[in-house]
Amino acid sequence: MLEVKNLHARSEETEILRGIDLNIAAGEVHAIMGPNGSGKSTLAHVLAGREDYEVTEGKVLYCGKDLLDMEIEERAAEGVFMAYQYPVEIPGVSNKYFLKAAINSIRKHHEQPLISTAKFLQLLKEKLEWLEMDKGMMERSVNEGFSGGEKKRNEILQMAMLEPKLAVLDETDSGLDIDALKIVADGVNRLRSPDRAILVVTHYQRLLNYIVPDRVHVLAGGKIVRSGDRTLALELEQNGYAFLGAAAASAV
Amino acid sequence: MTETSLFQQEYVRIREQQLIETPQWAETFRQEAMNRFLTKGLPTTKDEEWRFTNITPLLRHPFRLPGYDSVSDSEVKGLVDQAVLNDQYDLHVFVNGWYSERWSRSAEVDSAPVFVSLAESIRGKNDSVGQRLIDRATDQESAFVSLNSAFLGDGACIQIPENTKLSRPIHLVFVSTADEPIASYPRNLISVGRNSEASIIETHVGSVDRDYFSNSVTDVVLGESAELQHHKLQQEQTNALHVATMRVHQRANSSFQSHYFALGGSLSRNEIECVLNGEEIECTLNGLYMPSGKQLMDCRTKIDHAQPNCRSYELYKGILDDQAKGVFNGKIYVHPHAQKTNAMQSNQAILLSDDAIIDTKPQLEIYADDVRCTHGATVGELDEESLYYLRSRGIPRELARKILIFAFANDVVQGLSEPAVRKRLESLLLSDHGLPVL
Repeated sequence: MLEVKNLHARSEETEILRGIDLNIAAGEVHAIMGPNGSGKSTLAHVLAGREDYEVTEGKVLYCGKDLLDMEIEERAAEGVFMAYQYPVEIPGVSNKYFLKAAINSIRKHHEQPLISTAKFLQLLKEKLEWLEMDKGMMERSVNEGFSGGEKKRNEILQMAMLEPKLAVLDETDSGLDIDALKIVADGVNRLRSPDRAILVVTHYQRLLNYIVPDRVHVLAGGKIVRSGDRTLALELEQNGYAFLGAAAASAV
Repeated sequence: MTETSLFQQEYVRIREQQLIETPQWAETFRQEAMNRFLTKGLPTTKDEEWRFTNITPLLRHPFRLPGYDSVSDSEVKGLVDQAVLNDQYDLHVFVNGWYSERWSRSAEVDSAPVFVSLAESIRGKNDSVGQRLIDRATDQESAFVSLNSAFLGDGACIQIPENTKLSRPIHLVFVSTADEPIASYPRNLISVGRNSEASIIETHVGSVDRDYFSNSVTDVVLGESAELQHHKLQQEQTNALHVATMRVHQRANSSFQSHYFALGGSLSRNEIECVLNGEEIECTLNGLYMPSGKQLMDCRTKIDHAQPNCRSYELYKGILDDQAKGVFNGKIYVHPHAQKTNAMQSNQAILLSDDAIIDTKPQLEIYADDVRCTHGATVGELDEESLYYLRSRGIPRELARKILIFAFANDVVQGLSEPAVRKRLESLLLSDHGLPVL
């Protein structure tokens, strides 16, 4: 579903990604781990289409199409979803309005009829229950006044409503207590399916106890320096990223 | 012929025709007001208060004071239907400045009515109303207040006795419609008695493509511990000139909230002046102005902290497009003994076009030393971070932009306590920006 080949990207003058290769097939869950500043979030944003980053080399194929050639909204409409590390607050527009506008925009893109209000509300109710969220939150402005944990749940709620093909979770575990972590992970697990791929970006392996990955990659210095199965995450948990010293240096 | 003398000529005409029949005190009141107006003359851009708003050239042709009749029923009906917010509200309609019982309705109450038209009060020789008008007149008032007094005819008199909570809002609708350029001069007197609560909504509408000039004055007195919510929806037609002055006098522990929405008119100027004359007073002034095309919207507020321990909160937001112009002037005056004053003022504007202009001027004069006063003015564009967020959920750039403009404006609307007003404004804002109403 996703093929990343020799991806280089920079922000202003700094090169952050220095040749990433990554393949994720439908139905798989991959985790990207790595120390701070290794380029994890940059990779997530480059996939989502953030304009602050310039891709200088390499390519990304998504379902066989050139992802980098697509506008941000087109990527989303085609099924790419990124759960933000720092979700944006938008005072003045309710979560409900926002979600409905997003669903209908995606439907329009696929030349499908707009969603009926009844169907929308039914869908929303179901997903809110998954995430143990109060429906009153939907009347409030997007993320405004939400706690860190509420914002993260709201990201997963959006993901559940938009039903993407490729979901990228950027440090979704940061700022969550253990109960919220379980709920969020449970929400993500419900979305695991043979035709959906999930990329979990995280600093700690804690989240991976609940969202068990098929593959784990270690990112350092803008490159993937090791890949393995989930035991790699456990190893990192025990030994930290210290072993990367040499590897990260050689990646530069 | 100068613009000022055009008004004088009209004044002479209506006196000769005795269009307004009245007791002697009212005659004198009008004549003195006309004299004050002639002494001052209409403002020019050389006047500090009118530097950015060049209104006088727009008053170059005569605006006639229309009589009661000669209006098309279907046109009035259309405008009233457009303005009505809720069937449960008491509705009082003024057509071209005159009270129209025909279009008004209010639920029967056991006690005396709180609403009487000003014309009725004057005819009924209600001396307290006359005295209030006379007491308020001063040489310091603006030319437009003097002009309003010179053409004193009708308006809303709302008197809420002590210890009374109005169960439903009073909705005042001012309709302008005529075949020739007309002027209307509504004069509203509102008093809310001690421990009483009221909610008043003002809507201004007019017929499409008609030239008219609306110049209203609203005087408000809030008794001790009284509460008033005032909403104003200025939805004048695109050719209209709208000038309005609201003067509020608050006593101890009272609370006043004003929510002003400037949505129409070719030129509009809204002045609100609040005197906080007692302790523990709260005063909230919020506003939204959204000029586009060549519209000019001028919003001015003055809060006079005359006593200690009072709080004022002010938030004005502007969205300016095309070659539109916006003016915000917020004065806060804190008297020497008004210690522990807490005053917050903020004006935030977004410019959607390179040709739109905003002149924003906070004016704080603080003569007490133990106070907390903050003010801020921001002028900006849409937030890129928010735009990215919306787009990354599949919302195309143009729609995302519209949603963010709506959100910026709706931020002022969301907090409104009258659901019908909130809903109306929300759908106006959505449809104005071509957004689907949820």
